[in-house]
Amino acid sequence: MDPMQETTTLVQIKGLRDGLLATLSDAAWEEQRIALLSQIDERPAFFQGARLAMDVGAQILKVNDLVELRDQLSERNVALWAVVSESPTTEKTAQLLGLATRISKPRPEEGRQFSVTDLGEETALFLNKTLRSGTRIEFPGHVVVLGDVNPGAEIVAEGNVIVWGRVRGMIHAGSKGDRGAVICALDLSATQLRIADEVSAMLKPQKDPKPEVASINNEGRLQAEVWNI
Amino acid sequence: MAAQVITISSGKGGVGKTTAVANLAVALASDGRKVVCIDGDIGLRNLDVVMGLENRIVYDIVDIIEGRCKLRQAMIRDKHYPDLYLIPAAQTRDKSAVSPSDMTRVCNDLRPDYDFILIDSPAGIERGFRNAIAAADRVLVVTNPEVSAVRDADRVVGILEAEEKGTPSLILNRLNPALVKHNDMLSAEDVLDLLGIQLIGIVPEDEAVIIGSNRGTPVVTEVKSRAGQAFRNIAKRLQGQAVPFMELEQQGGLWQSIQRLAGRK
Repeated sequence: MDPMQETTTLVQIKGLRDGLLATLSDAAWEEQRIALLSQIDERPAFFQGARLAMDVGAQILKVNDLVELRDQLSERNVALWAVVSESPTTEKTAQLLGLATRISKPRPEEGRQFSVTDLGEETALFLNKTLRSGTRIEFPGHVVVLGDVNPGAEIVAEGNVIVWGRVRGMIHAGSKGDRGAVICALDLSATQLRIADEVSAMLKPQKDPKPEVASINNEGRLQAEVWNI
Repeated sequence: MAAQVITISSGKGGVGKTTAVANLAVALASDGRKVVCIDGDIGLRNLDVVMGLENRIVYDIVDIIEGRCKLRQAMIRDKHYPDLYLIPAAQTRDKSAVSPSDMTRVCNDLRPDYDFILIDSPAGIERGFRNAIAAADRVLVVTNPEVSAVRDADRVVGILEAEEKGTPSLILNRLNPALVKHNDMLSAEDVLDLLGIQLIGIVPEDEAVIIGSNRGTPVVTEVKSRAGQAFRNIAKRLQGQAVPFMELEQQGGLWQSIQRLAGRK
């Protein structure tokens, strides 16, 4: 067995929703520690800034073991945040160091916050939260937001965008060229709206906001209209 | 005793993070709490200046982390409050000298012996900010009633939520009631409306803050200062007391609605 293969059988690393998970085997701790570090050293760019959780199985680990590893990871700019173990001793050690001992499964609340609804041909992404500055949502379907879109947040959807809240960020509907796409919101004081390749900048903030629908009109211009019931 | 670790952050620079840390630390210490301040702004330290302890620095946080001194040796005792300490930042190094786990370790070593550990976060959302929030039990976000500062605060709140640090509380600093009245400044309502987080204090614009910072005596010690009063109130709220929001020059509707907003979840 070549050494590369050996290290990967000792320690397996895979991606999780919120970081990386290293699953250790039953081999001696020292060997595994070296295997893990050498995997990281082989691909420093990949691991740079990563959040790492470890599943150590039944290994019994002392504070010194974990502290040493945590520091070595930290030198490589990898943050160890959780250690999952079947051994109560190891769990206690991890807790002492302020590490999590459970990797959070997507909670029901979060499941609601981010759910893809498959409607056959048409797919929609439902976001039950306010999108803050720096958030960018890209989706190959419709996007529905139950919350605000704050300045500095962006939504790029291939389909329509519906916001049950205030839009003050940037929204691009029909991003793959669908000129029939629409953007609806309770308050459309966006910094910029785009539908297909039409751009409309600087919509004035309104004193008395009304729900609006933005679409491309007959003259081919992007236009927002008050939505009348 | 187990200390609460509170990080004061903002995203944008110059909104008053360091001033807030110094003032809250002194206010907590004068309420009899044991407090340690940590300057997280490595390479651009200034919490020591604002606290008037610049000339006493021998060791700094990087010396602790790299093992050149013991934790105690780097802790500078305040001139007036025997239970107030500062761990200064290193001026000749940069953010990469400290890692998030180093910061967590230092805080965990301090936890048993103190009531509050206040960490002054650097501006930005990079390594230094990550270090500063690593150990935090609670984060206070400082912002000014300016569009750019509020937007950066919004970004910081988003990062904190993503990191599962919980929703931070807001300090609205340097509010000028006269400007708000003439619609020349964002009101507290505008800011809260956008950020949607809980308000822990509004600090009015006050010249005494700058004078205090330059002299190394935080304004919170000035009984007559409005800003000092605001910081004292925030310190009380951090200790779990329900202190009503003080009335600034504008009275009535607006301020009642702020109190209502502040109380909302």
